Order: sequence, then structure tokens, then C-alpha cells
Amino acid sequence: MENNSDQLPLWEVFIQKSGGPFKHEGSVHASDAKMALQNARDVYTRRGEGRTIWVVPANSIASTTVNDEGEFFDPADNKIYRHPTFYTVPEGAKNI
Amino acid sequence: MEPNKVLYQFVLRLADHNMIMAQRMAEWCSRGPILEEDLALTNISLDLLGQAELFYDYAVELSGVNQCADDLAFLRSERAYLNCLLVEQPNGDYANTMVKLLLFSCFEKHLYTSLLNSTDQRIADLAAKGIKEVRYHYRHSSDWVVRLSLGTEESKQRIKNAMIELWRFVDDMFDMNEIDRDLISSGISVDLNTCYTAWKSDMEQIFNECKIEIPHVDNIVKGGIHGIHTEHLGHILCEMQFLQRAHPGAKW
Repeated sequence: MENNSDQLPLWEVFIQKSGGPFKHEGSVHASDAKMALQNARDVYTRRGEGRTIWVVPANSIASTTVNDEGEFFDPADNKIYRHPTFYTVPEGAKNI
Repeated sequence: MEPNKVLYQFVLRLADHNMIMAQRMAEWCSRGPILEEDLALTNISLDLLGQAELFYDYAVELSGVNQCADDLAFLRSERAYLNCLLVEQPNGDYANTMVKLLLFSCFEKHLYTSLLNSTDQRIADLAAKGIKEVRYHYRHSSDWVVRLSLGTEESKQRIKNAMIELWRFVDDMFDMNEIDRDLISSGISVDLNTCYTAWKSDMEQIFNECKIEIPHVDNIVKGGIHGIHTEHLGHILCEMQFLQRAHPGAKW
């Protein structure tokens, strides 16, 4: 894990709030998963947000880069039929 | 003593434990070794402050005097404070703070667990509210004590130093007087000797994991429940009470 300072390794924090999907909240420093979970609890759920926490070592996350942007995302722009904008969402439907 | 006065003293003691420990933990605010720990200790401080306030509110009702929780926290002098001596000890290094929090949170864990069955409903309710927070304080501090003990030679030595420094205040934490005897017979409070047995068993388990022997101390100091404190409490109160004493009734 990248560690070029006196900081502990970096972990990314994902929190699930009342049954929704897990959402990235931020990151914490910790020397192992147990500490990362406690730190995430202290830093991101102090006001009772959240029911479940995931922590992932930051270097385990694979990411696209700016260079990937063209081939990854641009082609979708001019294919309007790919966007689900031609029907109306029923009233009362949640989490769509 | 009238029953209400006895209960008042007991509730005040619980409030004072939490108030002074909250003040000590708050001293770490902006001085934590890493941001995450800074927040963790501030959270713990706020938990304890919240518990102190609820106990002070109850004490105010029992006192029958026209006063508020702030009066009890900010306008009483050293000899009127009934907190145990452990919580007023200086923070020292991080090992020292973590050992102190471990000894204290384990004490509160067993005390609150016993008080869940108090015949005084208000006390049972406050114990039920506090126990969840205190369990987390115990988990956090025991984790750190184990980590530091199994870490480097230096971190282990610092834990050992903290134990020698703080263990002499353990007996004071479980000290009882005539107030306890009255309240145990009415089922409101519990025999702290029973809590001590459970506490000791937890400590043996944790320090066994740490591969550190619990020190035998012979310089035991007691006096908290009689309002006889170490030299540190006066300094805490100076800082904590300054504003209310310099500007009586100040609110924000």
C-alpha cells in the first residue's frame, strides 16, 4: 500500500443508509480493516447516518483515467435511443 | 440522610465521573495523533458530556433546589465534586490516555449493566442509554491498548508505564460508603465489589492478550467519593468553570 508519509494506509469508505445502495463517503487512514471500520464509524456516521459500513483498501480500487474518457464514455453521447428518457416514471416509484 | 439526599449524592457522583472524563478527553481536541483518533476522542468526550448532563438534570430534580445542570457543573468547587480520582489524572501520552479510557469504560460498562435492573426507573433508563456508548469506548480503547502492547518495544513500555501510573486509582473507582449501603439495600444501586470482579476478569483477559502482567501497586490512593481529590482536579475546574464564574449566567 502506498505509504510515503507517517500516515497509516488509506481506505475508502462506503456507507449504506437505511436499505439504499452503498455510497462512497470518503476515506480514512488505518492500519487494518478493524481499525478502518472504527475510524469510518467515527468520521462518517457520528450523527446516526448509516446502517452498514464497507471499507476497501484504496489501492485495491481500479479506476479509469482521463485518457480512457474518449473511448469509454463519448460514444454514448450521440445515441439518444440508449437514454431512458422516452417513458414516464410511474408516480410513487422509488429508487429508480 | 433523607432518601432523596442519598440518591442525589449518588447521581451526582455518576454525573461527575462523566463530566471530568469528558473534560479530559476533550483536551485531545485538535491534538490527536491522527485526524481519525482526534475525532474518535472528541466523539467519546461528547458521549460522556451528554451522559453527565442527563445525570445532572436528575440531580437537580432530586435536590429540590431551584438550580440547573450548569450550576452543578460550573459552580461547585473541588471538595463538592465526587468523581473518582482516575478520571482527573492528566492525559499523558496516548498510551496513558488509552489505558485510562480502558479502565474507566470497563468500569462504566459493568456499572451500567448492573444498573439496568435498578429499582429507580430513571437510573435504569440512563444506564440503558449510556451502556451502548460505553461499550464502544471500551472497544476502541481495548483495541488500542492491545495494538500498542503488541507493537514496538517503545509502545509496549509506554503501556506498562501507564499501567503503573494509573493502577493505584483502581480501588478508588470501586470505593463505597454509607450512600452505597443505603442504595444497595433498596435495590437502587449495586455492590461495586461485584462489578469489580467482572471488571478484573475483563482486564485479565485483555492484558493476557497484551502479554503484560497487571502491576501490583502498594501506593493506593482513595478519596473521590468523599470529595478528597488529587492536585489535578482544581486545575481542571479552573479552566472548565472560568467562563461561568467570570460571567455568571452567561449563555450562548
